[in-house]
Amino acid sequence: MRFKFEIGCVLVLLAAFIFTQSGINRFYYFAGFAILQYVMISTAWNILGGYGGYINFGTAGFLGVGSYTAVAMIEFYSAGIVEQIIVAGIIAGVIGLSIGFFTLRLKGVYFAIATLALAIVLETFVNNWDYVGGAAGVSILPPRTPELLGIAIVDRKGGAIFNNNKEFLFFLMAFLAILSVWVARTIEKGKLGRGLNAIKDNEEAAECMGVPTLRLKLTATVISGALMGMAGAVFPSYLTFVDPPTAFNLEFAINSLAMPMIGGTFTWIGPVVGSILLGTVQQVAIVTISSELNLLIIGVLLVFFVTVAPQGIVGWFMKKNK
Amino acid sequence: MSEALLKVESVTKNFGGFTALSNVTTEVLTGERFGLIGPNGSGKTTLINCISGTLVNEGGSIIFDGIDLQGLKAHKRTAAGITRTFQIPRPFHSMTIMDNLKIPIEFVSGTSFSQNEIAEQAMDILETMGMADKANEETSGLTQIELRKLELARAIAAKPKLLISDEAMAGLTGQEVDEVLEILIKFNEQGMTIIMIEHIMRAVMQFSQRVICLDAGQLIAEGTPENIVKDKGVERAYLGV
Amino acid sequence: MEFTELLLNALLAGIMLGGFFAALAIGLSICFGLLDTVNIAHPTIIVGAAFCTFLLNDVFGIDPIIAGILITPLFFILGLGIYSLYYQFFEKQSAEALRGLAFFFGLLFIAEVVMIMTFGVDHRLVSAPYIGNSYTAVLAGMEFAIPYRLLAAFVVASAMAIGLQLYLNKSFFGRATSAVHQDMMALSLMGVDPVMVKRVAFALGLSTCGLAGALMIIVIPIEPAVGRFFIGNVFAIVVLGGLGSISGTLIAAFILGIAESVVSTFFGPSWAPAVSFAILLGVLAFKPTGLFGSGDTR
Repeated sequence: MRFKFEIGCVLVLLAAFIFTQSGINRFYYFAGFAILQYVMISTAWNILGGYGGYINFGTAGFLGVGSYTAVAMIEFYSAGIVEQIIVAGIIAGVIGLSIGFFTLRLKGVYFAIATLALAIVLETFVNNWDYVGGAAGVSILPPRTPELLGIAIVDRKGGAIFNNNKEFLFFLMAFLAILSVWVARTIEKGKLGRGLNAIKDNEEAAECMGVPTLRLKLTATVISGALMGMAGAVFPSYLTFVDPPTAFNLEFAINSLAMPMIGGTFTWIGPVVGSILLGTVQQVAIVTISSELNLLIIGVLLVFFVTVAPQGIVGWFMKKNK
Repeated sequence: MSEALLKVESVTKNFGGFTALSNVTTEVLTGERFGLIGPNGSGKTTLINCISGTLVNEGGSIIFDGIDLQGLKAHKRTAAGITRTFQIPRPFHSMTIMDNLKIPIEFVSGTSFSQNEIAEQAMDILETMGMADKANEETSGLTQIELRKLELARAIAAKPKLLISDEAMAGLTGQEVDEVLEILIKFNEQGMTIIMIEHIMRAVMQFSQRVICLDAGQLIAEGTPENIVKDKGVERAYLGV
Repeated sequence: MEFTELLLNALLAGIMLGGFFAALAIGLSICFGLLDTVNIAHPTIIVGAAFCTFLLNDVFGIDPIIAGILITPLFFILGLGIYSLYYQFFEKQSAEALRGLAFFFGLLFIAEVVMIMTFGVDHRLVSAPYIGNSYTAVLAGMEFAIPYRLLAAFVVASAMAIGLQLYLNKSFFGRATSAVHQDMMALSLMGVDPVMVKRVAFALGLSTCGLAGALMIIVIPIEPAVGRFFIGNVFAIVVLGGLGSISGTLIAAFILGIAESVVSTFFGPSWAPAVSFAILLGVLAFKPTGLFGSGDTR
């Protein structure tokens, strides 16, 4: 059956839509949103980390940039969500390009360290920027009856596609998550993916075999960063409140690494599996155990998988079936 | 007479205080079979690295096919027609043998081939090397000779005008050495210029039309294989007397 | 007049700060610079040591510097353990650099979360007779003040740095460590087990965390997340100094200390992380081998 993947995407999107119409308990939206966000974040991370072998420790930085770009745009002229997403993506992409420009000519270690330092610097910068609320954070008022291309999207009183903003943003996040998976898969199966794979296997040989290593690494960094920024942009509208510790949360740092690595980094399926699995477990655990314990478990899992099962869950399954 | 395909002029390369190459000047003619010998540490691989672009030389110039290579990144030099193999083979270990070859075919050519065309071209080369039956195998299961052949096959897949083979025969049996020699001569007959770095003297003798010898970063002898072997300077360099 | 006074005080504090930074970075200079193990958990482990110091000071009233010395062997043993794990699962198999890095990041994370769970997120301080006061002097009509705690940190850090440098230069083991950085094969041919050398060297690097942690809690109030603020700082120093050069690390520490101090004084302390980050990027862009480094960055 051709277009299996595309049909699957449409089906998932449909399921997400039906979910929003079902009137289900609010908690599930929150959990679902978080998981979908992680699908997008893990997939984005994996484009550079899994395919290319260059680790980004500063995911929180890119997400935070996306969130605060959205906030700034709302403060500035009450920008619509779609504009927020696009601009956040562009800015995060540019930041990725800049940091990559300085560090991707060198060993992967330097890029990794620079991204870690970058996240700190960005959070510090936002902490001191009063326009977006500084350290205290800022409340976001969602638009009362938002429209897209003249169609009413959300209206509490009915007559629009969604009954409240959270349903709409949930669906939007689902759309973005699917979009990011589509991007990752397209890259994986195309020339860029093959080039990145060669770079990951042996960069010096790849360069000598005609692969433009710097160009491909920069491309992957920009795409990865942009997708992360886009994921971050939806956050403020969804939470209706944002402050630096939330936008630049520690959790993002460890999860964006753990989910792809535990799922399997060599294919787009890995981050999806990892994020849905780990994301669900975390959402369940959050109700029962402290968030610190939750993070500790993720950290231990990461170390375990990195040490003992580097091919991840998907890799393990594939080996079994060989 | 043949044109000079590669002109190396006064090339110097330093690593901190250590001079790896000192004013090396030589030429390789189009279609030539060129040998490069010298004791360990004499700078042979360094010279290759400077030609392929893996390293940047501090002094001198390298001109390939009329183009000054200065400032050109390695992958651009590959596109211009230079490829090299590595002393210790560096296969793309997560890919099959076929996929290893597809990388240079896909990335070096100016025109874009379809995936089928690329696979065909890869298969052709594998057949020439006698490795067609292993096309879909992982690189982890390969023997030494197979790894060396893969290394060569990959470099050849880039359709180079100049192929630099860096000690492809080290550690191989006599028969395996002959196998590799046969491959190199075959491609040379099809028009490929080849520089061969080797320690196995009989291979150098059989293969090369001209040979240069490096010692401690300097060019100490140049000539036909027969002359090089008789050269006193070369003898001293190898035997240390 | 006021500007000059401010600037000179900033420079002075910067030198003191540089000494403190040197204590933080010197362990990493050994682990990353000489052994090529990218232990990004290093600053967080220092914070762990800082908490240990806090405990000894708070519960037993032990002077923080003494406490730092006391816990040093603990961190040496920790270093042996971590390197053994690292070697077993990563270096021995020549695993992708990515995995080793992820391993140390996992360690960083686990360490930080364990500290949050044990100590909470409040800031902790230690008390000692020299903390809280400053040494003041008046020179040429300008007033200079050096907080004693900075002075103490500077003195201890200098002693540490000189001691380590001497050890690396004079002792057999120290020189073996420099050798293992340059040529592992040659070392093993001389009958020395390079893995053992690396393991002990890594442990040595990690043992500096003991005193470094004590100095940290003397100089600033600590909480579990503070380690991450020093990552850019500490790596900037090691990279600026040049991989493989301890003396380079020391000089770089002073440069960074002065830079951060001056920026803090004139633009506010919250810009400090940006300074180290800017220096890090600058070095990587223009001279990745650093001031005195050897070895390849590509």
